[in-house]
Amino acid sequence: MLSDLPLFPKQASSMAWQVDALYLFLVALSAVMSLLIAGLLLTFAVRYRAKSRADRSNAPEGNNTLEMIWTLIPLGIVMFIFTWGAGLYFHMARPPEDTMDVLVVGKRWMWKLQHLSGRREINELHVPVGRAVKLTMTSEDVIHSFFVPAFRVKMDVLPGRYSTVWFKPTRPGTYHLFCAEYCGTKHSQMIGSVVVMQPDDFQAWLGGDVSDLTPAQAGERLFNSLGCITCHNPGSGARGPALTGLFGRQVRLAGGSAATADEIYLRQSIEDPRAMQVEGFEPLMPTYRGMISEEGMLQIIEYIKTLGPGPSAGAAPSAAQPARGGGS
Amino acid sequence: MSHYLNHDYGIRSWLLTKDHKRIALLYLISATVMFMIGGIFALLVRLELLTPAGDLMQSETYNKMFTMHGIAMVFFFLIPAVPAVLGNFLVPMMIGARDLAFPRVNLLSWYIYTIGALFTLWAMISGGVDTGWTFYTPYSTAWSNTNVLVTGVGIFITGFSSILTGLNFIVTIHRMRAPGMTWFRLPLFIWAHYAASIIMILGTPVVAITILLLALERGLHLGIFDPALGGDPVLFQHLFWFYSHPAVYIMILPSMGVISELVACFSRKRVFGYSFIAFSSLTIALVGFLVWGHHMFVSSQSVYAGLVFSVLSFVVAVPSAVKVFNWTATLYKGTITFETPMIYAFGFIGLFTIGGLTGLFLASIGLDVHVHDTYFIVAHFHYIMVGGVIMGYLGGLHFWWPKITGRMYSEFWGRISAAIIFIGFNLTFFPQFILGYLGMPRRYHAYPEEFQVLNVMSTAGASILGVGYLIPLVYLFWSMRYGKPASDNPWGARGLEWTTPSPPPVENFPVTPVVTEEAYAYGTHGKESPVG
Amino acid sequence: MADAHAGALHAHQFEDADQQKDASTLGMWVFLLTEILFFGGMFLAYAVYRIAYPAAWAAASHHLDVRLGGINTVVLIVSSLTMAMAVHAAQLGRRQQLVVFLILTMLLGGVFVGIKAVEYQHKFAEGHVPGPGFHFEGADGRHAQLFFSLYFAMTGMHALHMIIGFGLLAWLLAGSLKGRFTPSYYTPVEMIGLYWHFVDIVWIFLFPLLYLLGRH
Repeated sequence: MLSDLPLFPKQASSMAWQVDALYLFLVALSAVMSLLIAGLLLTFAVRYRAKSRADRSNAPEGNNTLEMIWTLIPLGIVMFIFTWGAGLYFHMARPPEDTMDVLVVGKRWMWKLQHLSGRREINELHVPVGRAVKLTMTSEDVIHSFFVPAFRVKMDVLPGRYSTVWFKPTRPGTYHLFCAEYCGTKHSQMIGSVVVMQPDDFQAWLGGDVSDLTPAQAGERLFNSLGCITCHNPGSGARGPALTGLFGRQVRLAGGSAATADEIYLRQSIEDPRAMQVEGFEPLMPTYRGMISEEGMLQIIEYIKTLGPGPSAGAAPSAAQPARGGGS
Repeated sequence: MSHYLNHDYGIRSWLLTKDHKRIALLYLISATVMFMIGGIFALLVRLELLTPAGDLMQSETYNKMFTMHGIAMVFFFLIPAVPAVLGNFLVPMMIGARDLAFPRVNLLSWYIYTIGALFTLWAMISGGVDTGWTFYTPYSTAWSNTNVLVTGVGIFITGFSSILTGLNFIVTIHRMRAPGMTWFRLPLFIWAHYAASIIMILGTPVVAITILLLALERGLHLGIFDPALGGDPVLFQHLFWFYSHPAVYIMILPSMGVISELVACFSRKRVFGYSFIAFSSLTIALVGFLVWGHHMFVSSQSVYAGLVFSVLSFVVAVPSAVKVFNWTATLYKGTITFETPMIYAFGFIGLFTIGGLTGLFLASIGLDVHVHDTYFIVAHFHYIMVGGVIMGYLGGLHFWWPKITGRMYSEFWGRISAAIIFIGFNLTFFPQFILGYLGMPRRYHAYPEEFQVLNVMSTAGASILGVGYLIPLVYLFWSMRYGKPASDNPWGARGLEWTTPSPPPVENFPVTPVVTEEAYAYGTHGKESPVG
Repeated sequence: MADAHAGALHAHQFEDADQQKDASTLGMWVFLLTEILFFGGMFLAYAVYRIAYPAAWAAASHHLDVRLGGINTVVLIVSSLTMAMAVHAAQLGRRQQLVVFLILTMLLGGVFVGIKAVEYQHKFAEGHVPGPGFHFEGADGRHAQLFFSLYFAMTGMHALHMIIGFGLLAWLLAGSLKGRFTPSYYTPVEMIGLYWHFVDIVWIFLFPLLYLLGRH
């Protein structure tokens, strides 16, 4: 209903109405405060204009009680608003457990997306209604920002690191996708659409183009063709840590510190192996910087994720643990 | 009679002056030129945005237009204008001193400002710069093919002008108050400039070194902020905003100081809650250093950092609200007249209130996610900077014009311009709140059609606003030659500056005044208070 | 500033010489505060990257010459002593001593900059200057380049301040030879002394942070 007025974008995600609720509250508060101040200004301007004969006796020059009141009450109100906004933000920052994941690479001036089924898109993102979607994003060049007004979500997309955003679409339709961080000449053309479909239609769409490998399959291919398997294999005596079940685990680094093997850890280990030296292994790994595209990185990471302790699509996990200590 | 304007003639007497009053006028000229240049860029931006397609100019050109608009306005007008023009002229006079503590440093400040401005202008003319005034890396260091380096050098140079002015004000206010001028007898204009000066000296050096590192990275490929070279682009954002957020308080605090003076004079009443307003200025200066991360809520900084910055951003809103309440309360049982400066003061209070309230939207971190980098932000900061800072600046300029020039301007034209500016301003920027919430991103050369109506409204408003700014240029200039000669105290105001002739003598006070009364010792019932 | 000969003269904006001296002192302290913030930005960048890349930081630091850095530290500390002696001499009106100590301070400053130049030249020769010619053996070469970027930026900025200080000392020397400074007016000597001490203190922080990492 609200979106019939040209004042709001469509509410197309589970967050949208929540954000709008806070917005409307603030609009109402602002209107009240503005009218109050404007009203007082006007009233005093008229009542106490020079020519008027209003009573000006005992004009106060200060009133500590009043000062306390109009300091503490606004403070209380803003703390309330803070809590409300913070609650929203917590919700936005914590994706639910079960999400449909999509990999996103932003580059000047387009969005490249890949579903885990393998289907790729450029400047468009198809998603099913009612399912939480999580995007893992990086940039090939400068900082971009992934912005879907109808979902009320936005997250910067940076080179050299991964950022994530999640949303749950609630309304089929086509919605604007904008780049919201200035990135050069065609910044305003780095736009596209998010297409929200009924689940069946989405499945049909997803299966419509089977020419691509899944990211994990493509990642496995890269893993082999780049020679990673030479050292990172589960056999004993392997020169590099085995990667089975690595994703999400704690790793001990040379020098005593520990790190969590998340996406950025894996990416850094591939780009700067010496910076991420694992305890108990020799510094033998060469750097692969410049040899793997951002999409390739994401694909390799997806492949490594599949090397969990459970059934996997990649190399079979070894029964024997590596003889050396340290992370595996 | 001899005064500071006719005391000495010739271009050398101006370019080598040590008189704070003449230096204020030198700044008035430079700052007005930069304002007009920034205004022209704004005009071109708004013209392009009349239509959804990018059809007036190429993308590269448009990106330079909004960048240079921001740079000219932020660094070369909004930060210096009130302190360097009004502050330079009035700080010594309001405290009963003959000049600032370091007059030659003051002149040096102006030269540094002007040289920096010329550098930047050269960068603009010889190709321009297109990074946005915020220079985010790695775009600005590794990708933009425009004059980033030269622009950075220009801004770096001008920063020292701000540092030296702040230093001068702090020492002057501490050490050169006339006998009897205790801290709590100071006009609130002085408190405001003192607080702003603290920010100037603490914040500006950080942006100076940041720009220097940026320039080194760009020129020598050092890789401090570029991830391709091992650096961290978010570190740049932290360092940049550590200054650039307090910078907005450098802009607004002096303007708020002006408003205190105007409201007191034109209500013929002491400002309500004097010490609360004084302390609120200091609080804003201090807490203002702790909120910079609210520009980075979606930059991938940690959730907890975001929450800390959010709560502190709410805290910093409260002292500003306290000022608005106190100014409003000053009107109660006052004797109010509506000369041009007072119209600007009313406009300021209204527009700053709206701008400040929209700040609450942005401090609400969950909501900021949606409106960050949209026109909502653009509208918010223009309400504060134009609706706030510039209205205060114009109000102050009109208020002290008779003192500075010895002439009265046309009250009719003064009021008309104030009204035109107020109307034009709201028409320009209010639609942008709506545009922003609808999702129109900022810095967009072309936009989806559904945003056109609001953009057309905004551009229409901008043309009215532009006219509103041109008119004072004409009548103020005209008044310098043909305006009615002003008396010592045409408004019947209190304050040491009004005890001198208009224009004042070179030495300000032939004998150092001794202060025996509180600030704003206005009488009651609208009688012109006795001077002195 | 006051006129050339000794006495209680002061600039026109001040009521008396005491006020002028108070103002100059406060002004110099405020200025030094801005300098702390100025260097602070670089110290922050250093801290951020050190926490992120400790191995690279330690390895790169190892390639700086601790002996030369140590000598420079001693040189600067001694120069602060000679500067303090100069101020003391001015305070007591001992013109010859003042001149001698100023010259000593300038000499020591020159030694510092000279040793720095030698160090920079070493860095050039070893290929540790960031940029296209950068070349680093050992752990995490890319982030070592970050270290060297900050090394040059911080020590370069410090050296620039030293050179400016040298110029200020030369100006003081000229004034001392002309007999400008007396027990009742020696403010410039004191103020520039403060500046010189500050530049020294910056180095006292730079030296361990840059040279002494990972050396147990």
